[in-house]
Amino acid sequence: MLNNLIFVNTVRFLLLVLVQVLLLNQINLFGYVNPYLYLLFIIIYPFTGNKSLLIFLSFLLGLFVDFFSDSGGIHAAACVSIAFIRPFILKYSFGISYEYNTIKISSEDYMKQFIYVGSMVFIHHFILFALEIFNINHFVLFLNSVLFSSIFSIVLILSTITLFSRK
Amino acid sequence: MQQILFFFIRNKNFLLFTLLFSISIFLTIQTHAYHKNRFVNSSTYLTGSIYSLKSSITSYFSLKKENILLIEENIRIRKELESYRNNITIYAIDTASIYSKYYFSHAKVINNSFSKTKNKLTINKGINDHLKTDQGVVTSKGIVGIIDNVSNKYATIQSILNTNSQINAKLKKSKHFGSLIWNTEDPYLVQLIDIPRLAPVKIGDTIVTGGKSTIFPEGILIGKVKDFRLTEDKNSKYLNIELFNDMTNLEHIYVIRNQDSNEIINLEKETNDAK
Repeated sequence: MLNNLIFVNTVRFLLLVLVQVLLLNQINLFGYVNPYLYLLFIIIYPFTGNKSLLIFLSFLLGLFVDFFSDSGGIHAAACVSIAFIRPFILKYSFGISYEYNTIKISSEDYMKQFIYVGSMVFIHHFILFALEIFNINHFVLFLNSVLFSSIFSIVLILSTITLFSRK
Repeated sequence: MQQILFFFIRNKNFLLFTLLFSISIFLTIQTHAYHKNRFVNSSTYLTGSIYSLKSSITSYFSLKKENILLIEENIRIRKELESYRNNITIYAIDTASIYSKYYFSHAKVINNSFSKTKNKLTINKGINDHLKTDQGVVTSKGIVGIIDNVSNKYATIQSILNTNSQINAKLKKSKHFGSLIWNTEDPYLVQLIDIPRLAPVKIGDTIVTGGKSTIFPEGILIGKVKDFRLTEDKNSKYLNIELFNDMTNLEHIYVIRNQDSNEIINLEKETNDAK
């Protein structure tokens, strides 16, 4: 059971990195909008899993994407941050009891899913673009990127969760 | 002692987070300076080989367009050759024996970005093909950028669509110099600043490289003037330049190696030291 979990997560990790850098980073809708599906790894990491391990794995995940997109450490910084605050977001989206019940994200109702995924994606994108643009003169570009990329990412992540959930 | 240990155990997630977050910020700040990102870049062996695998598949889709580009370039070069032939008799048929200050080598773009504020490209040649940092990169239509990092088999290029990029350029007609920058708004438009107020500028004028650096030879095409205005302090002009190159769609590029660059750089260094 445990080995199976490790195997599934490793495959998911590698697959998400490859899909992100080879496919999704090339979309550039309207010139600057890209969805970031690789967050799915952090979002559906087992809720009761080891938190320190998640923070470390998120750092690796971000760093892998950074290597491919020549962006220093911006993805790593954003990923580490959302991995760290994930327990708080889980608490306010699913209620205090998430830690004791082994709930599955795909079996929760859509509103709760949306709040959880939405907050994670929005905070990630906020940190990501703040570090990438890093210039007060391009404030409008920053807001546009955060808003449109967030919408795109949230839709993609929620539909992936629905598609791959085992009923 | 035990209390300190407990403190660490209790806050281990926070401490881990702080450590990893600081590492990421450190790496980010490093990339903000030009060719300082030794560690995280896509010219490494692993990322390079994955990108070249991708490019070997996707390059088939653009073969037709690339062929047309090559034919256009051939026609232009043929015309130029004919005009020389009328003037002088060519003794040397072997091109290797014609002396040129600049050497051109060919490479293929395996990864391209144009939607960020600091855009980079990755190409499939590296140190093994005599590539070094600070060599210029062009296509048959115009300039692309400057080599930023090299590994044995791959190299990354700082694109002209990068807020760190600043390239010496001039008006082809009046020879007034300025700096080429990018305001991040549009991947088809770059900006030429510091052009003197009195310089005559017309919409449609051609902009070429200035040749005041060792990176690009003089007169490489960049783009044409789309519109222009005076800056707020009324001392210089701010030009919007429409690029000849389609930066969103690059495949085959040429790297320019200046034979004399070391000599020039050393000379300038000695002059500066002597002051």
